[in-house]
Amino acid sequence: MSALEVSNLSINHGAIVAVRKLSFTVEKGQLAAIIGSNGAGKTTLLRALSGLIPASEGTATWKGKSLLGQKPENLVRSGVAHVSEGKSVIPELNVKENLALGGIWRKDKKDVAIATEEVLELFPRLRERLQQSADTLSGGERQMLAIGRALIARPDLLLLDEPSLGLAPLIIEQIFEAVNQLRHRLGLTVLLVEQNAMSALKIADVGIIINVGTLVTSGQSKELLADANLRAAYLGY
Amino acid sequence: MLFIDTLLIGLSSGAIYALMALALVLVWRSTRVVNFAQAGQAILSTYLGYEVMNMTHNYWVSIPFAILGGAAIAAFVDGVIMRALVKRSHKGSVSEIAPVIATLGLLGLIRSLTGMIWGNAYLQYTSPLSGKGYMIGQHTIPFSPQNLIIVIGALLVMGVFAAIFKFTNLGLALRAASFQPEISRLAGIRVDRIRTIGWAFAGAAGAVAGALVTPTTYLSPNSLDLLLVSGFVAAVIGGLDSLIGAVLGGLLLGVGFAFILQYIGTSVTFSAAFIILILVLFMRPRGILGSKGGRRDA
Amino acid sequence: MRKSKSLSALTFLAIGLFLLGLSNFVDELRVYQGAQIAVYVIAISSIILLTGYSGQISLGHGALMAIGGYAAVLSYTYWHLPFLLAFTVGALAAALGGFILGMAAARLSGPYLAGTTLALAVGLPSLANQFHILGGEQGLSFDIGEAPKWISNKTGGDFTQYKWFFWVSVVCALATIWFIKNLLQSRFGRTWRAVRGNPSAAALSGINIGRSKVLAFTVSSTLAGLAGALLAMLLGLVAPMAFTLTLSFTLVTGAVLAGVTNLAGSIVGAVVLVGIPEFTDAVATHLGGSEKISANLPGLITSVLLILTVIFMPNGPKLHKRKKVTN
Repeated sequence: MSALEVSNLSINHGAIVAVRKLSFTVEKGQLAAIIGSNGAGKTTLLRALSGLIPASEGTATWKGKSLLGQKPENLVRSGVAHVSEGKSVIPELNVKENLALGGIWRKDKKDVAIATEEVLELFPRLRERLQQSADTLSGGERQMLAIGRALIARPDLLLLDEPSLGLAPLIIEQIFEAVNQLRHRLGLTVLLVEQNAMSALKIADVGIIINVGTLVTSGQSKELLADANLRAAYLGY
Repeated sequence: MLFIDTLLIGLSSGAIYALMALALVLVWRSTRVVNFAQAGQAILSTYLGYEVMNMTHNYWVSIPFAILGGAAIAAFVDGVIMRALVKRSHKGSVSEIAPVIATLGLLGLIRSLTGMIWGNAYLQYTSPLSGKGYMIGQHTIPFSPQNLIIVIGALLVMGVFAAIFKFTNLGLALRAASFQPEISRLAGIRVDRIRTIGWAFAGAAGAVAGALVTPTTYLSPNSLDLLLVSGFVAAVIGGLDSLIGAVLGGLLLGVGFAFILQYIGTSVTFSAAFIILILVLFMRPRGILGSKGGRRDA
Repeated sequence: MRKSKSLSALTFLAIGLFLLGLSNFVDELRVYQGAQIAVYVIAISSIILLTGYSGQISLGHGALMAIGGYAAVLSYTYWHLPFLLAFTVGALAAALGGFILGMAAARLSGPYLAGTTLALAVGLPSLANQFHILGGEQGLSFDIGEAPKWISNKTGGDFTQYKWFFWVSVVCALATIWFIKNLLQSRFGRTWRAVRGNPSAAALSGINIGRSKVLAFTVSSTLAGLAGALLAMLLGLVAPMAFTLTLSFTLVTGAVLAGVTNLAGSIVGAVVLVGIPEFTDAVATHLGGSEKISANLPGLITSVLLILTVIFMPNGPKLHKRKKVTN
């Protein structure tokens, strides 16, 4: 049995079916990239997996337990962290407070401190800006902050929604490199949703390509990258 | 001398306005509703204090009961009524105004209930402190020990709130949940529960206002209605989103009122409040400390 | 179109004649309550026009009614105007107040508008205590007298003053509904619906949103002023006690009960509002309750109705019968 199993999942977005009978699996410790253009239903999928919106049919399980029908605040507590689209930080709070939110519900305060220290080591720029309001950060720094906050919860499944959105190529590379490092070091399973197919597939083990809410194909990312037809049709280069 | 007298009166009433404004802002920030029932909740908790005082004959003992009562009432209002409303009324022609209407209904409900229980007559909820002004030399200033306790009490509440918001995890969760509920949920904060706690804080602030100000006037089911209006005006002056703004708005309004009363006359009190409100809305639509985003898209 | 309009005018006439005829067959209390219902219909429609069609909320219509009532009584007392003209003065005075308020309102959204109008509702009646001419707490008495001979003679029997009140109120109410119905079908009505439905799209298609909102507020206030003048007639006086915050709340309750976008619902709302005190009186006597209970029971029921309606019937009780919002 795979660690993350999504089977026959459909999600409605108002009157529209945003995700239609989607099935895929991700093994423990893998990084899976979900690739698709704008409006392919990627964000909707992640929002359903983290409990923000309901699914209309199908199942989704993580380590045998259903992800559907649970509240996001409880899913986080069972190890599923979601970094939502658009640098999910709270601009009204400073960097330190944003990080603190990640561990606010955890009883083990010692480990929260350790996790925070690890994040600051991973993203040294955050340490320099601890007292600054998150509003003043650059796009890349915000993304680091959002990922960092998620890590302090010590998740084992990380859902990342378009971390590259609106960032310069160099920064994207840094962020992706950090994500790649992290999952090897922490044994994280990562579900990465991306429009930026090239960068995402480079670090991913498997790729899942969707279009208008339905599965196009999935497979080893190397193979996907090598498939000339796919590249032309869906990967856009 | 007259100037200082007026300032002192203004500070005392301003402190009460500030507490009420604080209560309104706390709820507004977390729920995006102006809680008109706040006046009702405060009156109910003040009646509770009144009953405790009748039993114990001690004003000071009654205050904590009023505060706890106010917090509990507010938690009940949010946990039961507002939650049901949010769940059910996201569609329909009334949906945009449903929360406001519900708080109005609640205000009416509490007024009628208190009227049924205690009658509409004016009751006395008295403080052992003198309502007579202090003497300075030959001059009696219009600032009594009760006024002093009003100012101290209000400052105490504000101090406690500030400390909670700034230094505790609860405060952090309260702030996060009111700014970005969705991100907060993803960070693991139980936003519903936190919001109810925010309401409880607001209820407590309103209860303090009621318990402190009532000895200077009288107690009846609608004796805090005008305070609701002043609190709202103060909150708007402060930008409706800012706790510090609410406090400053309250003090400014109190002092402003005092000077208008002193130098222009009592006949304009109401008009003054109304004109101040309109002026602020036109000239500084975000209040003196309001955050981003205009009032139109609020 | 034209045909249906003249048809509906006929319908109104028929309803009016029926109601007026009916007044001969019921007792005095019912006649008086009928007049009350008619006045509430006007006041509630004024809120429906504002909230349901223009998307603005007012918790201060009680205050606008007070303006109408006081202006009518003052002009009747001091200028000795015929009472119908005095009513017109009342309506116009409220229109002026509503215009000024509407200027502010057009710039405000939900909570600010609600709070501002609430401030008006709480504060305005207290002005009566501060200006001698307004008569303080006792207020000013208002007596429009008996019906003119040419009416009372024709109907035969004894034409009481209550019956006269009823006639005046019913005619005003029917005229109001007819007026609003036509207004909503006119260019103005379409503009309001466009603004309420999608403000940005309305603005892009050249509608002056601010002006449209101010106009809605002014028209609504005019009607509220008329209702205020009629209320003064029914009560025989104007006083701060007649225009309390409770009145404003009651009107909002009536509008919510009516379903906010349903003009015909205003009649349901009005009947319920007038029926509540009667019902609660009966309950209170039955319970042998004290004055405390009987004085507060109507408020309690109204409030509970209001809360339950917004929670359980966000579209008002008539929702199930209508497919979508018409006119």
